[in-house]
Amino acid sequence: MIRLKSLTKIFPGQATPAVDQLSLEVPAGQTCVLIGPSGCGKTTTLKMINRLVEPTGGRIVVGGEDVTGMDPVALRRRMGYVIQQIGLFPHMTIAENIATVPRLVGWPAARIAARVDEMLTLVGMDPAIHRTRYPRELSGGQRQRVGVARALAGDPPVMLMDEPFGAIDPITRGRLQNEFLKILKAIRKTVVFVTHDVDEAIKMGDRIAILRDGRLVQYGTPDEILARPANAFVEEFVGTDRALKRLALVTVREVMRTDTHASPPRPCASIPEDATVKEALSAILALNGESLAVVDQEGRLLGHVTLRQIQELVAGRSDPIP
Amino acid sequence: MIQAAWAYLLSHPKLFRDALVTHLTLSGSGLAIAAILAVPLGILLSQSPRAALLAINAANIGRTVPSLAVLAIMLPVLGTGFLPSLVALTLLAIPPILINAYVGIRQVDPDAVESAVGMGMTRLQVMAKIELPVALPVISAGVRTAAVQVVAGATLAAFIGGGGLGDFITSGIALMQLPLLLLGAVPIALLAIGTELLFHRLERALTPRGMRSGSS
Ligand SMILES: Nc1ncnc2c1ncn2[C@@H]1O[C@H](COP(=O)(O)OP(=O)(O)OP(=O)(O)O)[C@@H](O)[C@H]1O
Ligand SMILES: [Mg+2]
Repeated sequence: MIRLKSLTKIFPGQATPAVDQLSLEVPAGQTCVLIGPSGCGKTTTLKMINRLVEPTGGRIVVGGEDVTGMDPVALRRRMGYVIQQIGLFPHMTIAENIATVPRLVGWPAARIAARVDEMLTLVGMDPAIHRTRYPRELSGGQRQRVGVARALAGDPPVMLMDEPFGAIDPITRGRLQNEFLKILKAIRKTVVFVTHDVDEAIKMGDRIAILRDGRLVQYGTPDEILARPANAFVEEFVGTDRALKRLALVTVREVMRTDTHASPPRPCASIPEDATVKEALSAILALNGESLAVVDQEGRLLGHVTLRQIQELVAGRSDPIP
Repeated sequence: MIQAAWAYLLSHPKLFRDALVTHLTLSGSGLAIAAILAVPLGILLSQSPRAALLAINAANIGRTVPSLAVLAIMLPVLGTGFLPSLVALTLLAIPPILINAYVGIRQVDPDAVESAVGMGMTRLQVMAKIELPVALPVISAGVRTAAVQVVAGATLAAFIGGGGLGDFITSGIALMQLPLLLLGAVPIALLAIGTELLFHRLERALTPRGMRSGSS
C-alpha cells in the first residue's frame, strides 16, 4: 500500500508548489493512474515516492513504513521505475539493460539470463534477435518496451511508471497495455502509473487521480470519475464522450444475454467475450446490425449482445451512482 | 641531406638511442603522471559544478600558455635537467585530460543516470557502471590530445637540459648542421603521428560497442 499525506514539493526558487498538499491512498495490489495536464506535478509526485526528489512537506508511507526513514537504495530496488525519457544505458546490450536490478541484488547468472528472455518475450520482442543489440539499434517504441521490461525484471512489489507507453503506436500500445494488465492479474503489484491519455487511464487504473497545478482534483474509480466528474475541469478533461468511455469499462461477457442460445435473433457477426461493450457497439454500428454473437477463445457461442441492450445500459448508467 | 642524417645516425647509434629513450621516458612519464592526477580530478570536479567552473577555467587558461613559456617558467623555479622538464610536460598534459574527464562525465545522458539511481544503484555504482564507461571515449580523447602535445613538447626539454630528441635540433641549429637537425625533427614528427594513431586505436577500443559510430 502506498499512502501520500499532504505531500508537497516546492522547488527552490519557485513561487508555486509543483505538488501541493497531495493526499491519496493506493491499496496494495491496485493500480493508481496519475493524470492531468502537462506540468501538473505527476513526475514530481512519482519521484518523491522513490526519493529522487525530496518532499518539502508531507509524508509517504509504503507498505506501512515511512519512506523518509528508509535507505533510498534499498527502497528503489523494490520499486520498478520506468522514467518518462526511457533512459536506457547506451553502452549496455538490451540483455544487460534488463538485467540491471537482478545483477544489483545478486541473482545467479543462469536465473538472470532466463529472466531477461522472459521479460523480452513478455514485451513482445524476440530474445534471440534483441538480446545482444544495443539501445541505439532499436526503434523508439522498442526502447520503451525495454524500459518496461527492465523495470519489471527484478519482480518488484511496487511499480512506478511515467508514461511508459507514450512513444508507441496505438496497436502495440494496446497490446502492451493488455500484456501489462495480464501481468498484474498474475502477480499483484501496487502500481503508480502516469499518463496523459484518458483512455489509457480508464483502461489501466483501478483508481484515477486527476491533478491540476499540483493539486488533487478528483480521486476515484474510472467509473466514478466518468459518471460524476467533480467539476467542469474534470468534465472537460475526460471528454464529452463520457457515456461512451464508460462502455469501455464493461466487457461483453458481463452484459451478454445467454437466454438467446436456442434461437439467435438473426445470423450475425461474433465478438470475443473479453471485448468491451464499447467495442461491441462500434462493431454493431459498423456492420449496421442489431446484435453480435459473443464467443469464447475457441469460437464457441456463449450468448449475445444487442444494440437495445447497450442503449438500456447507457440509459441506466448515466444516472448518478448512488 | 637525409643521407647525411642517416649516416650520422649509423655512426652514433648510442647517442640517438639515448636521446630517443629520454624523449620517450619524459613524454611517457609526463603523460602518465598527468593522467593519474587529472582523470580523477576531472571526475571529482564533475560532481561539483561550482568548483569545476574555477578549475576548468584555470585549465583552459593553462592550455593557451605556449609550451615554451611553461618551460621558461620552470627554469627559475626548478632549474635545469630531467625533473623540471618532466614537471613542465606534466603541466602541459594536464589541461586537456582534465577538461575531457570533466566534460566526459558531464555529458553522460542524465536520463540514463536518473534511471540508474532510480533502480537503486549507489552513487559509486552509477559512476563505475554508467558514467565512467560512457565517458571513457571522451576521456581517452583527452589523453590522446595530451599525448601528442607532450611528445611534441618534449622537444623543448632540450632548452632546459632535459635531453631527448630536441638535443639534435638545438645542436643542429647551433652548429648550422641541417642533417643533425633532421635527426631530431623527423623522428619527433614520426613519434607525434605514431602517438596520434596509437591513441586513436586505444580510444576506439575503449569505446563501448553500443556507442561506436559506423558499427551497427
Ligand atoms: N527540478 C526541477 N526544478 C524546478 N522546477 C521543476 C523541477 N522539476 C519539475 N519542476 C516544475 O514542477 C512542475 C511539475 O513538473 P512535473 O515534471 O512533475 O510535471 P508533469 O505533470 O510530469 O508534466 P508532464 O506531463 O509534462 O511530464 C512544473 O511546473 C515544472 O516546471
Ligand atoms: Mg512528467
